[in-house]
Amino acid sequence: MKTYLFVVHKPPYSGARVQEMLDIILTTAAFDQPVSLLLLDDAVFQLKKGQQPTSSGMKDTAAIFKTLEIVEVNDIYIETESLQERGLSPGNLCLPVHELSRKEVARLMKQYDIVFSA
Amino acid sequence: MQQSKPMKFAIQINTSPYGANAGHTAYQFITAALRQGHEIFRVFFYHEGIYHAFKHATPPDDELQFTAQWSELARGHGIDLVVCISAAQRRGLLCSDEAQRQGKKDQDLAEGFRISGLGQLVEATLEADRFIVFG
Repeated sequence: MKTYLFVVHKPPYSGARVQEMLDIILTTAAFDQPVSLLLLDDAVFQLKKGQQPTSSGMKDTAAIFKTLEIVEVNDIYIETESLQERGLSPGNLCLPVHELSRKEVARLMKQYDIVFSA
Repeated sequence: MQQSKPMKFAIQINTSPYGANAGHTAYQFITAALRQGHEIFRVFFYHEGIYHAFKHATPPDDELQFTAQWSELARGHGIDLVVCISAAQRRGLLCSDEAQRQGKKDQDLAEGFRISGLGQLVEATLEADRFIVFG
């Protein structure tokens, strides 16, 4: 068994990269490996409440993040500064998250065997 | 060259040959690791990385032949080059089996590559001593 951290930087609707990374997350969870997620920079918008992408013909990726709970990806970390810089708070998000500060990010990453980034 | 303790590496490549240099950097890393006696457990091509596996890429003679280099690496060292099936299908890269299933006639996959699923990537991360992502 190894521990996995998936670090997301990109905002939603910026190409298929995050959508394809979600497929790696689901596959890793299907292998019964412990998976955590860390949202940094514009990736905090991934979980913003009230997205209506289908009105522009796009896939609702926030809905995929919501399915992560079902596959037991329970630890979703979000950087406080990234939220604040964009005028957001955890109350604006569609999922419960663990907040951590920028100076704690390196320590979090060190705890995992495998780190993916998108 | 000084020999370090042999390790088993898994590699993921995420960028296209002409969109970034990461694929070529990965190639150079792999050949250097092999020269030092390390093992490459698998190379997994994902996202735009799948463009390395297009058989019909025909760059001018005086440029790097990315796809041919990978095929040669597979031939010479028996390296497992795996292209993600869902990423490949999205971008129009089909091997003959898959094309047939879709009612098409393509055979786009270069020699030495094989198409498989994301389970192969997760397995590689579990089996290897080190997992390195390029791009």
